[in-house]
Amino acid sequence: MLKKRIVPCLDIKDGRTVKGINFESIRDAGDPIELAQRYVLEGADELVFLDISATLEKRKTLSELVTRIAAQINIPFTVGGGINSLEDAKTIINAGADKISINSSAILDPELITKIAHEFGNQCVVLAIDTKFVNDQWMVFRSGGKIATGIGAVDWAKKSVSLGAGEILLTSMNNDGTKSGFALDITQQISEHVSVPVIASGGAGTMQHFADVFKQTKATGALAASVFHYEQISIPSLKQFLKEQNIDIRL
Amino acid sequence: MIAILKYNAGNTTSVANAVKSLGYTTILSDDVSILQSAEKVIFPGVGQARSAMNYLHERNLDTVIKSLNQPVLGICLGMQLLCESSEEGDTDGLGIFKTKVLKLPPKNLIPHMGWNNFTSVKGNLFRNISIENDCYFVHSYYAALCSDTVATTDYILPFSAALQKDNFYATQFHPEKSANAGMQILKNFLEL
Repeated sequence: MLKKRIVPCLDIKDGRTVKGINFESIRDAGDPIELAQRYVLEGADELVFLDISATLEKRKTLSELVTRIAAQINIPFTVGGGINSLEDAKTIINAGADKISINSSAILDPELITKIAHEFGNQCVVLAIDTKFVNDQWMVFRSGGKIATGIGAVDWAKKSVSLGAGEILLTSMNNDGTKSGFALDITQQISEHVSVPVIASGGAGTMQHFADVFKQTKATGALAASVFHYEQISIPSLKQFLKEQNIDIRL
Repeated sequence: MIAILKYNAGNTTSVANAVKSLGYTTILSDDVSILQSAEKVIFPGVGQARSAMNYLHERNLDTVIKSLNQPVLGICLGMQLLCESSEEGDTDGLGIFKTKVLKLPPKNLIPHMGWNNFTSVKGNLFRNISIENDCYFVHSYYAALCSDTVATTDYILPFSAALQKDNFYATQFHPEKSANAGMQILKNFLEL
């Protein structure tokens, strides 16, 4: 059986791992490579590295860091943040990333999805969506959640897949940092409507939250940062817990 | 020295990193004499079958690969190109393995992406590996089961997770991205 994926996310700023609470107030949680290696040993299925300051500060993700990560870990990893062009994507993939994730740049230039997919294949293109529930609708936000786009999340997900996105990383801004569980409704809506894998993100606080998202939606992966960074949830215990609930998981 | 074939569809960084971490030296090359004299050759691949075949053919690398006598490991697209043909761009392959590469029917999410276990494994490549072990797959096309199949996996349908004929070995999954299980499989190949 194809397994559900547990995906720790490392938010990176200035080469260090950080985690925002609702995208603000930042605490330092360590060296990204050390943390990545720990996650691999613990059984993480994939890793995501997001340069969270890249969009706001127009700073490029450091390809040197990607090279160092690629030399140290032997599971797939995605790099995002500040990838605004095909050239940026090439730099990151050539440095050893398996996939790149794009967010604001794809909203501003949807053709970028197609260009990267054409060059490296759809499986290399992860479309990250930051969504917030506003006036009874799940809407897309860009630039680290600062700017409303007026686009509906389901519409954008469908459009991005038709343009070549191979995977969707869906973050609920309402849930992110709250530890109150994943946004099951929008995760289910999007995973029902697209033919590519969806990774749910934002809100993980307990092991049951992971079970809920795998049982109540078609998401094939669940991403979390702080619960893993601060060892509130250990990956081996989480995977054992999910296995006991008859969820297909790699032990 | 382990030669990694340099061509237009490589995911060569990860493969080289994994091989180096097992204590071997690698060289990325498309030079005939280097490929022929290497202890082993790895034929990686992430890309599109037809454009990769055209590239190999234009440089006569197709003939060179077929003539290799040392152990050769095809990975993902590298494996698919060692088959008779591929539906991806309707291209002929190198014809080492007597099977065709077909598109996965759209009865589930495509690509087949993520960790999956085996439904059968046999042979040298799978020493110390059982059907319970998961490896990392990313593919939209599959090699149909055939007499060269040495491992099978189910996703939408049963397909060849690995093939072997004479000195040619191949995996659909990425051992270099498959944590401990993948490293064991790479080690098995490197110790042949």
